[in-house]
Amino acid sequence: MTTSMTKSDLLLLLCFAAAVLAGPVLLAPIGAGYPDLLQKFAIFGIFALGFNILFGLTGYLSFGHAAFLGVGSYTAVWTFKLLSMNPIPAILLATLLGGLFAAVIGFVSLRRTGIYFSILTLAFAQMSYNLAYSVLTPVTNGETGLQLAQSDPRVLDIAFGRDYGAVLPSSDLFGISMTGYPGFYFCGVMLILCFFVSMRIFRSPFGMMLRAVKSNQNRLNYTGLNTRPYALAAFVISGMYAGLAGGLLAVTDPLAGAERMQWTASGEVVLMTILGGSGTLLGPVIGAGAIKYFENIFSAFNEGVLVQAYSFLPEGLQHVMVWISSLFVGEGWHLTLGALFMIIVIFLPGGLMEGFNRIRAWITGRFGGGGGSLAPAAAE
Amino acid sequence: MKDFKINRRKMLQGTALAGAGIAAPMVLTSRAFAASYTNEPKGGTVTLGFNVPQTGAYADEGADELRAYQLAVEHINGEGDGGMLNTFSSKALKGNGINGKKVVYVTGDTQTKSDAARASAKRMIEKDGAIMITGGSSSGVAIAVQGLCQDAGVIFMAGLTHSNDTTGKDKRANGFRHFFNTEMSGAALGPVLKNAFGSERVAYHLTADYTWGWSQEGSIKKYTEELGWNTSAAVRTPLGAGDFSQYITPVLNSGADVLVLNHYGRDMVNSLTQAVQFGLRDKQVNGKDFAIVVPLYSRLMAQGAGENVKGIFGSTNWHWSLQDEGSKAFVKSFGQKYGFPPSQAAHTTYCQAILYADACQRAETFRPSGVGAALEGFKFDGLGNGPTEYRAEDHQCFKDVLVVKGKENPSSKFDVLEVVEVTPRKQVEYPAELLGGELGPYNDGA
Repeated sequence: MTTSMTKSDLLLLLCFAAAVLAGPVLLAPIGAGYPDLLQKFAIFGIFALGFNILFGLTGYLSFGHAAFLGVGSYTAVWTFKLLSMNPIPAILLATLLGGLFAAVIGFVSLRRTGIYFSILTLAFAQMSYNLAYSVLTPVTNGETGLQLAQSDPRVLDIAFGRDYGAVLPSSDLFGISMTGYPGFYFCGVMLILCFFVSMRIFRSPFGMMLRAVKSNQNRLNYTGLNTRPYALAAFVISGMYAGLAGGLLAVTDPLAGAERMQWTASGEVVLMTILGGSGTLLGPVIGAGAIKYFENIFSAFNEGVLVQAYSFLPEGLQHVMVWISSLFVGEGWHLTLGALFMIIVIFLPGGLMEGFNRIRAWITGRFGGGGGSLAPAAAE
Repeated sequence: MKDFKINRRKMLQGTALAGAGIAAPMVLTSRAFAASYTNEPKGGTVTLGFNVPQTGAYADEGADELRAYQLAVEHINGEGDGGMLNTFSSKALKGNGINGKKVVYVTGDTQTKSDAARASAKRMIEKDGAIMITGGSSSGVAIAVQGLCQDAGVIFMAGLTHSNDTTGKDKRANGFRHFFNTEMSGAALGPVLKNAFGSERVAYHLTADYTWGWSQEGSIKKYTEELGWNTSAAVRTPLGAGDFSQYITPVLNSGADVLVLNHYGRDMVNSLTQAVQFGLRDKQVNGKDFAIVVPLYSRLMAQGAGENVKGIFGSTNWHWSLQDEGSKAFVKSFGQKYGFPPSQAAHTTYCQAILYADACQRAETFRPSGVGAALEGFKFDGLGNGPTEYRAEDHQCFKDVLVVKGKENPSSKFDVLEVVEVTPRKQVEYPAELLGGELGPYNDGA
């Protein structure tokens, strides 16, 4: 990593960092500027960034990434229980175990490509889910989820003389509680770091090799190059991202449930990446934000809110509009998400990022086009 | 990456001591000088958060809970006919909201998943400023949300949650439950099962694989084995399995003559329907008629399972056919608004909303510790269950338990259960220490 960053990359990183840190202010007008959702944006942004390193660069479509997220969460909660309520050991161990677990699953699954790889990862994730759900109940506490208890050992905290008294402890970074806005800034800083690492991977020779795996793996193999270590490295890195995301989920809310590992959760990260634009740097973060926004905000609209929103209409029309809209909000938010996903995949196969790029091209095209037509005019 | 590591190490070394030093005063200041409490209502309204399953295996219960909450809000705000407020023994509520503030509410979908339920509850607390969270139609979710409310410093009024753990091993000071639990179900069902099926039976359990299922399996085992029954096997089934045939086939060859279904909601509808379709009830095992028991019953489930519930025993918290003044007032008020009688889920959530509002009014504050003190040891009547007490030691309501049976000749599609016995409160009471757990102190938040 001796090569210096290009100016445009540095600018992108700075803009990204500024946007993340200003999130509470920027997102307040659309009703998303509250800590829990902001934390989710950052955490699932990290998850999707990691998934994108695998899927966006190598083209390997994993349907089992939620397993690493779950492993990260369980690791973090156990770290809280056994070692310390400080989030740093928790996320370090979560990242490490996420990576280790990915190495094991990747070692087996990467023997196949395409749909077979997807099915293998799906099978592993489903196995992990079922293990966490029932077989490993002593470790995972089954469906109820792993929770903290007052009687946990927390050996490091005790060694440093930290006593939480009679209340159930919550995670804190040297006294700064990891709930609310401080929790978001912690996750936000992690997101910026992850974005930076992801950007360096995209621009590195290693990233180029991963793209080569995606474009034509056979040809690479014929040149005598063994591609599997590259694919495995990408798989492990994305597993570490997922482990970190899982760890952060536990940091902001010390509870780990098996449903985090369910195949729907794996599918969700695929949706996030594709929705935002796979293979792009920013896309996955935007996709993650969009899906979490829908899940948390649209699902909360109830009839009362709708009636208010349409109160300017005459009563008959108001009822019709409320009835139609209520299909798409509240418990119907999946329907809205599905429709949005279809529209994007059909019209913008490159995801939301393609949309932004088209808009930018259109704008620069107009300005550039205007300049172009002026120049010959001046020549006449 | 290298730079980052060094920074982290430096930070660890450099700030470990300082951090520990900073930590103590920060905790102290945030607690000691915070005069207010989480989401203290400042304007003319107070916001309650209704967190119920709108999708998944318990969606029917969730929908009914939401109806009941909306009805309760109307009554607290002085709209409608007042429902059970007229029969409630405490007359603190005047029909002008709570402490003079109009009640408004926000809703969320728990999806019957702990994660989603906590995210939804957090949204209500952080974004919408909810002062109290209530709902849940699954013990796993209720316990998860109860823990969250304790951390956030708001009151949690548990909805339909039947596991012992909610007010047992996982109880929290900020959490309160009106619904009964599996321990009470077992104590109430035991004598009735003995009368109906004798004391030499072999039971086979199918159990929903989460805290409530385990709790109910344990309680029913405990009380039936006291009668002299044997338990041949207890098989765990995933929540929301849909198809239970693979679990029911082995029952036929197990030598058991009673099937105990520790299922609820759509799971119970499916497993019971399939058990009947497999001909279990027409069989004779060990020279006795094969029997099915559903320890936790509800009218919604019985309706879903249709013909199959006839003659099947279970227990319930409340039933709309009860003839006391409170129940009649509630059924009338609910029926007028929605056109059908309320379920037990609707009843318990309605009661919880009323009890919370009443406690705030009596305490003249919304501060969790104040409201909690007003609820602890509170004795009341007129909410459909006869004389009831919120026990101070574990924040659990104690009241009579109904043992019910699927009706042989239902007169309407809602009239599917008949009350076999009203088990008096003292028979189902147990010492608070039996279930373990620690309430801890109230958390008023910041």
